[in-house]
Amino acid sequence: MALLDVEELSVTFARRGQRAVRAVDGVSFSVDAGEVVGLVGESGCGKSVTSLAIMGLLPRQPGLQVGGRAVFDGTDLLQLDDRSRRDIRGRDVAMIFQDPLSSLNPVVPIGLQVTEVLTRHRGMRGEKAAREAAQLLDRVGIPDPKRRLKEYPHQLSGGMRQRALIAMAVACQPRLLIADEPTTALDVTIQAQILELLKDLVRDSGTALVMITHDLGVVAGMCDTINVLYGGRVVETARRRPLFRQPRHPYTVGLLGSVPRLDAGRGERLNPIPGSVRDLLPWPDGCAFAPRCDRRVDACVGEPPELVLTHDGRSYRCVDPAPVAGLTPGEEVRAAAPGQAVPGSAPAQAVPGDPPAVPGLAAAPSEEETP
Amino acid sequence: MTTVGGKKREKIDRLAELSAREDERGVSLWQDAFRRLRRNPAAVVGAVILAVFVLVAIVGPFLVPYSPTDTMGIREGVVRVGQGLIPGHSAEHWLGYDHQGRDVFSRMIVGARQTLLVGVVATMIGLAVGALIGGVAGAAAGLGGRWGRWVDGALMRFIDMLLALPSLLLAVSIAALLGPSLTTVMIAVGMVSVPVFARLLRGSMIAQSNSDYVLAATSLGVRKSKIALTHVLPNSLAPVIVQATLTLATAIIEAAALSFLGLGNPDSAIPEWGVMLADAQQWLGIRPALAIYPAVAIIITALGFTLLGEAMREALDPKLRK
Amino acid sequence: MTGEDVLVEVRDLKVHFPIKRGVLFDRTVGHVKAVDGVDLSIARGRTYGLVGESGCGKSTLGRALLQLTPPTAGAVSFDGVELTTLAPSKLRAMRRRMQMIFQDPMSSLDPRQNVESILTEGLQAHGIGGDRDGRRKIIAETLDQVGLPRWALSRYPHEFSGGQRQRIGIARALVLGPELIVADEPVSALDVSIQAQVVNLLDELQDNLGLTYLVIAHDLAVVRHISDTVGVMYLGALVEEAPSDRLYTEPLHPYTRALMSAVPVPDPDVEDRRERILIAGDLPSPADPPSGCRFHTRCPWAQPTRCADERPQLREIGGSRVACHWAEQIANGELRAHKVDVKITQPAGEGEEPSIVSAPTEPGSFV
Repeated sequence: MALLDVEELSVTFARRGQRAVRAVDGVSFSVDAGEVVGLVGESGCGKSVTSLAIMGLLPRQPGLQVGGRAVFDGTDLLQLDDRSRRDIRGRDVAMIFQDPLSSLNPVVPIGLQVTEVLTRHRGMRGEKAAREAAQLLDRVGIPDPKRRLKEYPHQLSGGMRQRALIAMAVACQPRLLIADEPTTALDVTIQAQILELLKDLVRDSGTALVMITHDLGVVAGMCDTINVLYGGRVVETARRRPLFRQPRHPYTVGLLGSVPRLDAGRGERLNPIPGSVRDLLPWPDGCAFAPRCDRRVDACVGEPPELVLTHDGRSYRCVDPAPVAGLTPGEEVRAAAPGQAVPGSAPAQAVPGDPPAVPGLAAAPSEEETP
Repeated sequence: MTTVGGKKREKIDRLAELSAREDERGVSLWQDAFRRLRRNPAAVVGAVILAVFVLVAIVGPFLVPYSPTDTMGIREGVVRVGQGLIPGHSAEHWLGYDHQGRDVFSRMIVGARQTLLVGVVATMIGLAVGALIGGVAGAAAGLGGRWGRWVDGALMRFIDMLLALPSLLLAVSIAALLGPSLTTVMIAVGMVSVPVFARLLRGSMIAQSNSDYVLAATSLGVRKSKIALTHVLPNSLAPVIVQATLTLATAIIEAAALSFLGLGNPDSAIPEWGVMLADAQQWLGIRPALAIYPAVAIIITALGFTLLGEAMREALDPKLRK
Repeated sequence: MTGEDVLVEVRDLKVHFPIKRGVLFDRTVGHVKAVDGVDLSIARGRTYGLVGESGCGKSTLGRALLQLTPPTAGAVSFDGVELTTLAPSKLRAMRRRMQMIFQDPMSSLDPRQNVESILTEGLQAHGIGGDRDGRRKIIAETLDQVGLPRWALSRYPHEFSGGQRQRIGIARALVLGPELIVADEPVSALDVSIQAQVVNLLDELQDNLGLTYLVIAHDLAVVRHISDTVGVMYLGALVEEAPSDRLYTEPLHPYTRALMSAVPVPDPDVEDRRERILIAGDLPSPADPPSGCRFHTRCPWAQPTRCADERPQLREIGGSRVACHWAEQIANGELRAHKVDVKITQPAGEGEEPSIVSAPTEPGSFV
């Protein structure tokens, strides 16, 4: 049993007089303790909405529908009432946001904001809370923490603000940390500092980390397992090295081809994905990526592609994946619904309930329910 | 199978070009805002109220059952103010008589025109003067360099002076200067709203002057005067238009207040809701309805303008655009 | 650079923004030295990449080069014409030859103009194309060049996707037939898959039209990809300038090294192997830059002598220009990196936009 099991999570926004938007459409993944799982995708792929839905932070508005399950240590976070959700939030599950300035209260000193968390979840008060807060700031690398406690967010630089936010997030030693584009607003050198800090936190405390980002470079250095999202669904899941070495889903291939690399020469042509993220095919009509895909075949349209599990514990949602050297397409197993898997050839990882030798995949077989 | 595949492919291609509907012309911001305005129930309610109001103001005087100046009640001896007798509603006189024996219903209908006139003209005066000052100041401050800042400073100190006077005091002094008349009320109410429009347009223009598309136009080599007129001004107008709608509501109320204070048209023969309200105060003890009718009419009209104004603010807000 | 046909030459350029305080009368209490003495030259038909982190003054430098922000001191010569002293009307005429592409394609396009009017504006200002038909022809050609369909003409910016908007921005610059294009973060607001489209488009346009680019970006990978020469800026000054390949294989300035080691590479093998140079702390305030070498407060190689009291000038070392006293010693391993104590900097007075510094605070100016 993984620490967090997200199964068939779906989020629909419906506005009066407008077409309902399915921002997240049956996303499943799981996170183990001490593991770093990446959710990667471009704007509108549903990665942030996924995290907000898990945290119960989506703005309450009529027309919002959240479906599926997000089981954290035996409790379904989506079914909790507000009170118990607030108890879990901050104590067991914490979140770091992209923009530290707007996530911090501008008129309250940093120190008070940190001690607030300590008081709320750990019952610390007064001098003791202040000492602990100073220690936390010190742990996240904020120099002269005692003085910083009295300062206001605007008096800190972007990197320091993000550190303060991380200090608040880890104040109660949460078991799961969700970081939504934690370094996007920061400069590269500061980004490197923050990523290093997050890596240390995971290594030292065994916290599970869900890293949401659009930056493939960040993912390559941080994550154990990576889920690539497109149009609200996970299109490919793999461990870090296999994903970058042999991307299977054409979208992953396209993303990797689009990124200029620091270690590539001047003027090497990039291979962009044509079209824009707006050119989505609705999933029920086929593969959302089909309109932009260069490996498009007839089978891409009509019905959504099923999730395919491979021997090496990867999965992708594509009927015509990029080939892998030394492997013929027939060797792969198509595990649509658990019952439909070809008998005898099903890889161990495809069996539901299997201990997560491959974390992040444990929930995969149940993925192919009705959308 | 091939035909099925062909169909599927067609479907893909069609869907891929969802964003490329070539036959359709582009939708400008104003069209877009109007589209969203229509979907907003508050806007619809406000617009209906105002439509009725305007319709009444235009055609009402031709349809009224009695002349609004005919003191028939006194002539017929039905209204005897001395004895505290001002009859209320009846089948012939829906809203009864006023203290001079005139038909209140007819006066309300005819008064709508005057009230609308006062509101619109007063707002127009405020808008014109305010937008002129604010526009010049905003363009000067945003694009004019050092000289521009000086011009802006001078104009804004003048506006600050206007703003420093309490609005009613300002209106009263203008009215005192010009003598009581309907024109006085309109000018006074208009002048009170000048600083609001001026500051609003100036602030909005300065904000727009710092935007990237103004920089882009500069880098294209477009003249500053042209940038101010074709880029900065049109993009700064939205809040001013919203404010004008909201000001119409307050202008009607303020005009009523001035009339109430006796600074409006001294000849109360021509009905106007504010004047009617002012007249009615004497008879509050005998027949409070005389005050309630114009008051309710003013409130509903002001509400209509406010609803529409707020809805327009929402529709024109770039942050809410999708 | 010698021997090449130089299109743009910048000499000792300075842009200082006054910091104003005071309620009734503005009082200048200091200056933000956004750009503080930059020399560079851009060869015709080549791409000069300018990298640096936010607040280093790279955008201000780009704008000052185009005279969109008046420089405080220094000289900018464009094809032999000195721009800083040019009369306003002459400068306006010159703008035809040097254009700009902006970071945020949404905010740099007037939301109330349709694409045709956006593209016509520049043509009208310079009287290019003669009549309506002539202009139409030029516009149609430009649309083809940037890969936009004809029906785009009647559309408004908000109806396009981010990538298409950036193409409109590029078309607006191209329609005048410029020689120099300053691209300020041309792809950083775009999605990853779209970035590559725009980068390729810029490359293509350069090949076809012989354009000269000044590309300003914080993304080193993009700059490396697109540039012939790269200049690295730190706190208002160039710290290193080298041919693109050389800069990436042999960074000489400690800041360049740190910057390079901080850029994530989408390859787990590279990520796991590489050595990171984490530079401590934040950027010092450009209103009060450190004495001597501006980087010495954060430099892992800073030495007790010279670094704190003598501002290093750019000097040539094997094809690169570096502003570091100890570049050779660091390169051959004579000097070792050491730990740096973090000094916190208050972000007061930061920012490279003049608007941030001197914009009047206007209560109630927004609805």
